Amino acid sequence: MEAALQTNIQTCYHCGDACVDEVIVAHDKAFCCAGCKTVYELLEENNLCTYYNLEQNPGISGKAQASDARFAYLDDAGVEAQLVNFKNDDICKLTFYVPQMHCSSCIWLLENLFKLNSGISESTVNFLRKEISLTYFHQKTTLREVVTLLARLGYEPEITLADTDGKKVKKQSHTIIYKLGIAGFCFGNVMLMAFPDYLAVADDLQRTFGSFFGYLSLILSIPVLFYSARGFYTSAWEGLKQRFVNIDFPIALGLTALFFVSLYEITTGTGPGYYDSFTGLVFFMLIGKYFQQRTYDSLSFDRDYTSYFPVSVTVLKDGEETSMAVRNLKIGDRIRIRNQELVPADAILLRGTAMIDYSFVTGESEPEEKVAGEIIYAGGRQVGESIEVEVVKEVSQGYLTQLWNDSAFSKEEKHSSVATYANKAGQWFVIVTVIVAIGTLWYWVPRDTDMAMRAFTSVLIIACPCALSLATPFVHGHTMCVFGRNKFYLKNTSVVESLAKIDTVVFDKTGTLTEPSAAEVTYTGKALTAEQERSILSVLRHSTHPLSQRISENLKEAPLNVEHFQEFAGKGLRGEVNGHLIRVGSAAYLGVPSDKTTDTLKTTVYVSWNGMLLGYYTFYNVYRDGLKSILHDLGDKKIAVLSGDNNHEEARLRELLGPEAELVFNQSPVQKLESIQAFQAMHHKVLMVGDGLNDAGALKQSDAGIALTNSVTNFSPSCDAILDATAFDKLSKFLAFSKKTMSLILATFAVSLVYNVIGLTLAVQGLFSPIASAILMPISSLSVIVFATLSVKFAAKRAGL
Amino acid sequence: MYIIFLMIAISVTVAAAFLGAFLWAVRSGQYDDDYTPSVRMLFDNEVAPTGKGKDANKPQGA
Repeated sequence: MEAALQTNIQTCYHCGDACVDEVIVAHDKAFCCAGCKTVYELLEENNLCTYYNLEQNPGISGKAQASDARFAYLDDAGVEAQLVNFKNDDICKLTFYVPQMHCSSCIWLLENLFKLNSGISESTVNFLRKEISLTYFHQKTTLREVVTLLARLGYEPEITLADTDGKKVKKQSHTIIYKLGIAGFCFGNVMLMAFPDYLAVADDLQRTFGSFFGYLSLILSIPVLFYSARGFYTSAWEGLKQRFVNIDFPIALGLTALFFVSLYEITTGTGPGYYDSFTGLVFFMLIGKYFQQRTYDSLSFDRDYTSYFPVSVTVLKDGEETSMAVRNLKIGDRIRIRNQELVPADAILLRGTAMIDYSFVTGESEPEEKVAGEIIYAGGRQVGESIEVEVVKEVSQGYLTQLWNDSAFSKEEKHSSVATYANKAGQWFVIVTVIVAIGTLWYWVPRDTDMAMRAFTSVLIIACPCALSLATPFVHGHTMCVFGRNKFYLKNTSVVESLAKIDTVVFDKTGTLTEPSAAEVTYTGKALTAEQERSILSVLRHSTHPLSQRISENLKEAPLNVEHFQEFAGKGLRGEVNGHLIRVGSAAYLGVPSDKTTDTLKTTVYVSWNGMLLGYYTFYNVYRDGLKSILHDLGDKKIAVLSGDNNHEEARLRELLGPEAELVFNQSPVQKLESIQAFQAMHHKVLMVGDGLNDAGALKQSDAGIALTNSVTNFSPSCDAILDATAFDKLSKFLAFSKKTMSLILATFAVSLVYNVIGLTLAVQGLFSPIASAILMPISSLSVIVFATLSVKFAAKRAGL
Repeated sequence: MYIIFLMIAISVTVAAAFLGAFLWAVRSGQYDDDYTPSVRMLFDNEVAPTGKGKDANKPQGA
């Protein structure tokens, strides 16, 4: 720590940020802000400094501390009841989502909360899900106190409207693991008893104990058939009900044949049965299923607008601020919205200058300025000073909510598994099997009826395309892992197949193609002297207006002293530096004649120096790194851009995307959805890449929807995959790799077919015996698993993922 | 040789006990989070060097 103190720019002992604006030195340590210092003191007082020893600067910056009054709504018994998982006379249990936790220090502190509040009896962290489960005595402390404590430490739990909806997150299902465990147990024990069969020397043993082993195997196989293998039967039956043969149908057929032939052999004492193969097959195929079902627990792919909305809002009643649950908002309520807060319901602006950032909702890149009397739609985020608004529509009636409840947006799972590779292969498999089985019967019946039955059932057994059914889950499962390592998270393995079939890529503009936080500022007009530029930027630094802040970010030197600073809402501002009057603002504010204003669509800010017009600043979008190379790599696909923004960027986009790309602007969320439908009507497979709520409908409608986000734990609209913005430049690689996996699956199919051909050759000759089955089946399953795993790894390495 | 009946009965029983233990472990959520416990187990041995003379090893159940 001493070393850090001696360096020029000090870093905060608590959060590790550079102390730029101010340095607070306390207890021999430097802090970047009062918030960080307070947290340190709180921890120090309670002997919790281990927090700082586990990791370097583990804290979360305390700069953005807001008033604790905003948690007042948690005192409401109704809200509490919706949040807690369990409550009795003494204790309350609940789980919070805390996205800020990031290191082992966080785990340590969050699990030592009881030292800070004696009312908390236990807190347990699930780091991967970023959840904390709390147990507290509700006589000693309240929910509000607990949340306030967490917030004060920097771990403010994310409590959204969705949490109070009563829609509790489904607990992850363990069924597949139970099935796997039971199948594995039975497989192992049946193997044990089948083993003497494999060795010729154990003939004697077999004669004495054969029927005992057989019946015991039968008993052990019953739970496998009725519990572990049930999924294959229900899936096959579902397929048949829709008049369609899927991969599970031949599997179910094979398993049935295997089970009943063994049953017949054991009860008649004619043979040892195939129960080792039967249980083994089910076990291996369940491993495949387990692989296919894995997903990213900590990420949520199905969020709707309620998880975007806050739970509480500051209501003004008789001049006093109280906190209230958003759900209870009524028409006519006056609410206060602070900087960076969300407008929860459609409302009329009463006081203050509203700069509403709708980029997430509509895709417009610049905040919209509203003056008193104008309607503000729910979902916008206020930037700048705090405003007062009056609610005109209840939350459930708002524009955004209505949009979401639009039937098109709430479509059921649209992908049926009908067209997957495996199912297509399954259909062919059934046809071939039936032909071969009938051929076998036709050949053997006139010659040897006994042999005919044997050969016929063998064919059915061998027809169980277990190796085939393992290929897809393993190839896709490993692909999903490869993507996950590259910060591209798929909802489930079937998305890989959807991605492979894509021939049209549709992008949203704001926030997807463009960097949301950055804007390129260009100055046009009379050349500025260094002094003039420095003065202008210094004046702009005093304004909280987002445009002013963007321009003043370019100020490299120390700001100059500004006098007589004045800001006129909706117009512009003025200030004096060294006696020079500087005015910055809209064309109207500076009296620029309207015929001189070049392009009304572009956002421009004019500057005057001592009453003389100098020029204007224009804002351009900044496109994401690597966009050019992605677009180049996607050359064989149709590209389109659907933007909710106006078309002032059209020329630049056209240059980037080429003459064939479809560019559509001023699109409402519903129009975006319809555009996707139009593409699909032309039999295109559409990939939608978007980031905001305005893309939500399009993301759902598209064949594969990717939500782009700067932080994967943040809110993103429901989608098939979440892509971290830092990995955006790999998008084309992901698509190419998905395509590649399809050929890998075909190769794996070929491997498994080799075994099936060998098996069928034996079967039609009536030579397929339990021992042949016991050797062939596990080898084919294992080799398919190994081949799928290694081929994906190798391909990923070659593709640079 | 008839000892085999007994031995198989014992082996299946033991295996079934392990299966039961496995199912119980899954049900009680021991497989839900396979990361945090690995971090948590390292905490107890921590001694706070900056504890300024205060006892850093208060009894605790973390």
